[in-house]
Order: sequence, then structure tokens, then C-alpha cells
Amino acid sequence: MAYDSIVCVKQVPDTANVTTEAMREDGTVNRGSLPTVFNPEDLHALESALAVRDEYGGTVTVISMGPPKAADVLRDSLFRGADRAILLTDRRAAASDTLATSYILSQAIKTIDRYDFIFCGRQAIDGDTAQVGPQCAEKLGIPQITYLHEMVSIQDHVARVRRSIGHGWEIVEAKLPVLITVIESANRSRPPSARRVMRMKWARVHAEVAMEVKAEMPEGAEEQLAAETERRVQELREKGLLIEQWDLDHIQADLSRCGLAGSPTKVHRIQAIVLTKEGYTEVQPSETGIKELIHELVVDRTWG
Amino acid sequence: MKKEGDRDSGLGIRENKDNPSPESRTPNPEPRTPNPEPRTPMLEPNRQGEVWVFAEQEDGALHDVALELCGKARELADRLGVSTGAVLPGAGVGEMAKKLFAYGIDNVYLVDHPRLSHYQTLPYARALETLIGKHRPQIVIVGATAIGRDLAPRVASTLRAGLTADCTALDISDVTDPKTSVEHKNLLLQIRPAFGGNIIATIVNFDQWPQMATVREGVMPLKSPTNNRTGKVVEEKVEIDDTAMALKLIQRHVEKRKVNLKGARVIVAGGGGIGSRDNFKLIYDLAGAIGGAVGASRAAIDGGLIDKDHQVGQTGTTVRPALYIAVGISGAIQHRAGMEESAKIIAINTDRDAPIFSVAHYGIVGDYKQIIPMMIKAIKEKK
Repeated sequence: MAYDSIVCVKQVPDTANVTTEAMREDGTVNRGSLPTVFNPEDLHALESALAVRDEYGGTVTVISMGPPKAADVLRDSLFRGADRAILLTDRRAAASDTLATSYILSQAIKTIDRYDFIFCGRQAIDGDTAQVGPQCAEKLGIPQITYLHEMVSIQDHVARVRRSIGHGWEIVEAKLPVLITVIESANRSRPPSARRVMRMKWARVHAEVAMEVKAEMPEGAEEQLAAETERRVQELREKGLLIEQWDLDHIQADLSRCGLAGSPTKVHRIQAIVLTKEGYTEVQPSETGIKELIHELVVDRTWG
Repeated sequence: MKKEGDRDSGLGIRENKDNPSPESRTPNPEPRTPNPEPRTPMLEPNRQGEVWVFAEQEDGALHDVALELCGKARELADRLGVSTGAVLPGAGVGEMAKKLFAYGIDNVYLVDHPRLSHYQTLPYARALETLIGKHRPQIVIVGATAIGRDLAPRVASTLRAGLTADCTALDISDVTDPKTSVEHKNLLLQIRPAFGGNIIATIVNFDQWPQMATVREGVMPLKSPTNNRTGKVVEEKVEIDDTAMALKLIQRHVEKRKVNLKGARVIVAGGGGIGSRDNFKLIYDLAGAIGGAVGASRAAIDGGLIDKDHQVGQTGTTVRPALYIAVGISGAIQHRAGMEESAKIIAINTDRDAPIFSVAHYGIVGDYKQIIPMMIKAIKEKK
């Protein structure tokens, strides 16, 4: 029995290594200046889907919502074994909060239509909210299983999984389709396959081709650029190297539920973390210095 | 297992020759979407609405975070001049209402149902959504536990309400919408670190209410209870039909918390600067000598130096000990958010510019491998 999976992945700024250059003077973040990575837990979501396919057959479709550059994580997914990749990109989706994002993703998933599993990373490292997975499940009207630790078995359209509950675990069963959010301990994600990298490294979405053409022909007229883009896109399509690119119209999204308009939460204020060097007492790293420190702790009754 | 690469024939699955033919694929399961549209319509802001807490309970006891949030709800409600409420779903949990009153709740909305005996997303979501739709609270706060982070987004999605995760502070203020220039009175300010802790964002929700937020355990201080304080128990009937029972619980295993960081008077915490699991022994030695618990930063956990139970910080435990000794911890905002309320903080780091010094009362710039043995010696002499 074969099972089809959809995996939601996100390209995120590498928040672990944010440099001061990434911060603008007004305290906002210049995302463009940051290196990007495949959201770590999404790699484990992808692996969960690939493992289901390898064992039971079926397909793995990866979708990502983001700017054209997010095609990077789709290529990476293809290198690791995904069958199909779709980029959801649309300026009107910018500034979506988790509710609007999950609405858009759920519309895309409805457009793909065929699925038994939806896998998401538990959370993305740029927001750490862990909200989009459960909210997608709600929009699709299917159950959710959060914090997947182990896929125990799948039989006759019933999945049995072990989920982490922080201070322990539980084993639950759900009839498919189901949305599952995945944590790091669930598996070890496979590396990209060299063979697939060789074959698919030139895979592109339409928007990337258009940007490449514009960069190569800065003086080109509009029609000329468009014609060249179309020619290259056609070539990629013939080679099976065109990554699908969808916009909000394609997924029949209600625009009032997308982007800023569809986001109930609004950012009121952003503050950069300014470290105030308030005076702390510097203790010398010597026997005497430390002895005095411990003495002080005893005197002010902090310790002892 | 199929060999990787067997399927290399193209990007679109439709062209993929290795895929099973459409006929052999699993049939499209029906019905897929029992009720895709929200059951409850979007709610109009209700300015007289109460401030609510989700009273998380498990195995016969209220979760600490629920009690912490009761205190915060009381404070917010007093500023707004409204009452506090707690939603208490469960089976045979009515007795817990007294405790919620003691911690500042006026009205306990009790949903007692055999199908709520253990937490499950859909029946609990059904209970919460139904009551929010009926009573229209203006604010709903949920503990950011494994349960709360599973439940709150589902409920917010149904209600099409905004939800801010892991707030480190909640406040009330008037806010002007820059787009419409409309001034909104008494909004909930939802304050949280974002972007890997490099910024602090204040989030508001102008009109798609209730205003919902989750808060980690330990972030809001536990207020002392007033044991003779009383309130009203409102018994609610919520229909939990078979469609809500989509998951079957097969087995459940709960471990006792091995590390009690929240109750510790002294915490010695190590960070990525400790370097190896072996070196962490020094942290244990110091904790042993001073009589404290062992904590760790996320960098130490991610580096595999120590188990996750020890994590202090925004995604771990928030602590307020009398003394916090941070060793080899650079002090990212997420970590500082979890310990900066400690009464006394000692930071030990080789990097004079490490952000941890900005919250420290005492700073020692140097190598912990030399400093810790000196500290242990000084402590032993004092004993």
C-alpha cells in the first residue's frame, strides 16, 4: 500500500549567526544580509516522508512559501530524494503571520489534493512559534500529531506514532490523512545524493530564470527579456528541470486572508537588543578575589 | 528499502516513470475534510470581555504554569476593570476550581466530560473554542507547554484570532494603528524575543479578538495564593462527538522530572564554552560543593554536553534562584530571558564582551578551569 506525503519546508535566516551588520539602525533586521539555511526541523520532516515512501511506496511532494530564493531549499529537497517540488511565491503573501501562512499553505495543499501525510518541522528557527503546523491541520480539517519522535507503524491507512510530550511520551493512532510535526530526535536526515545533485543542480523556478536573464542582459528590452526567459523555461521544462512556481491565484486564495490583511497579529514595535553595560563588580580570577566573593555571598545571605 | 536514486527520472511526479501507476495508488481518503471552515465565526472585540487562562491539568493536578498565569490574568483584568476566568476541561476535575480561585480567578468554566480524561487536541480544542465563542473573553492566555503549544494554535486558527507564542511579558496599552491612525484603547501588548533572540518584538491584535498568547512556564512569577478567596463555578456542557476523537491513545509514559531547576536556591549553569561532556564534571563539582542544581544553556544542550532537562532559557526552564552562576555562557537573549531575574548572578567567561556580563552582578573574566577549583576551595573553607 503506497502513501503520498506533502512536506512543508521553510528557508530561514541563520539566526544562530546573526552579525551586527544584519541589524539596521532603527532596530529592524536586514534579512537580505543574512545567510540562509534549510530550517533544521524541516529536514527531519522531509526525512520522515522519504522514509515512509521508501518503505511503503508513494510520493513525496515538498512545498515552500517564500521569495524566489527559497527555491534553494526545494533543490536541496530534490537532491535528498523528493519527487516533486513547488514554490509558493507571491508578493501579496508578504508579511503573513502564522494564521495567514497556514491559510495559504492549506490552500496549496488542497490544490495538490492527493495526500495521506503532511509533515512539517515542529517550528522554524526565525520565529520558534510552532503554530503553522497545527493551524494548517485545522484549516484542512484533519487531525494533527505534534512532536513526532518515532513512526511506529502504518497499516491500512492507520498510522501509529510515538510522540514526545516533554516529560515522557505517548503512542497514538490516527486514521489518515493526518498532519504530523517532527522534532529533531525523530530521525537522522539523509544527505543530498551526489547523483541527484549532478542531475538537478540546474533546476530552477520561473522567477529565478527571469532574474538570471535580467542579470545577464541588463540593457535588454522588456520583450527581449521575457522572450529569453520563456525560451529557457521551456528548455528546463523539456529536461524535467523546471520547479513548479505557484502564486495566490493558482491556489484560489482569498486575498483578504493573506499577507498583512489576513494577519490578526501586527508588529507594533521592534527593539534591537541593546546591551547596557551596567556596572557589575569585577572579581579578579585569583585565590584572594574569589575568596572575597564567596565571603560577600555569605555576608549578604545569598549563600550559606 | 528501495535504493536511493531508483526514482531519478524527473521533478514532476507525473513524469516519474518509477512511480506506481495512478491505478495502484492509494485511493483518495474520503471524507478528508469533515469541516474545513471555522465552526465559530470571527468574533467582534468585546471590551467588557474577561481575561481568561487555560487551566491545564494532568494526572490530577493543575500545571504550575496555569497558576502562574492566573496571577498575570488577575493583574491584567484589574487594569482593564474586568473579571478573570479559567477554562477547566477534564474528567473529575471540579475540585481544582478552589485552587484557581485562590490564585486570582473569579469564574471557573468547568467542562467535565469523560472524553476529556487525558489531553487530546481535538476534544480540548472543541471545549475551548465553544466557550470562547459563547463568553467572548478579550484575552486568552495559555501555558506554552507541550500541551499548550499543541492546543492554542489549533483554537486560534478555528477562531481566526491572532496568537503570539512564548511571550516574555504582557502589558496593557493604547496603540495607534499607523495604517488607519485609529487609536485602539487598552490593547494587550504581547512582547517576545524573535529572530533568534536578536530583537524584541511587541505584537498587538487590533480587531481579530480574542487576543491570545502563550507564555512559558516560570516566566510569570507565581503569586502567593489567598486560600479563602472564592469565586463561581460555571458548569458548561460541550458536545464532544466522535469526529473529535480522531486520535486513539494507545500508551502513555510519563517520567518524573529528574532535574528540579525551578525549586533550586542555587544554580550552576554551563554553556558552550565548557567544550566537552568531561569538562562538565567541573560544573557538577561546583554545584555539589555549593549545594546547587546544574543548569545549561542551549549551546551546551545542542553541543551534546548535557541533557535537555537542564536547559535554562526561553525554550527551557525560566528560573529565579537566589544565586545563578553562569560558566562559559555567552548569554544570548533567550538564555538571559530565562535567568535574569535571579537575585544574584555571577558570570565567568573568557570573553570580556560576552553579553552575559550585562546581567551579571559579579563578573570574572578568565578560564573556568582555573576559577572553579578556586571557588570550590573557598566554599569548603567557609563551610
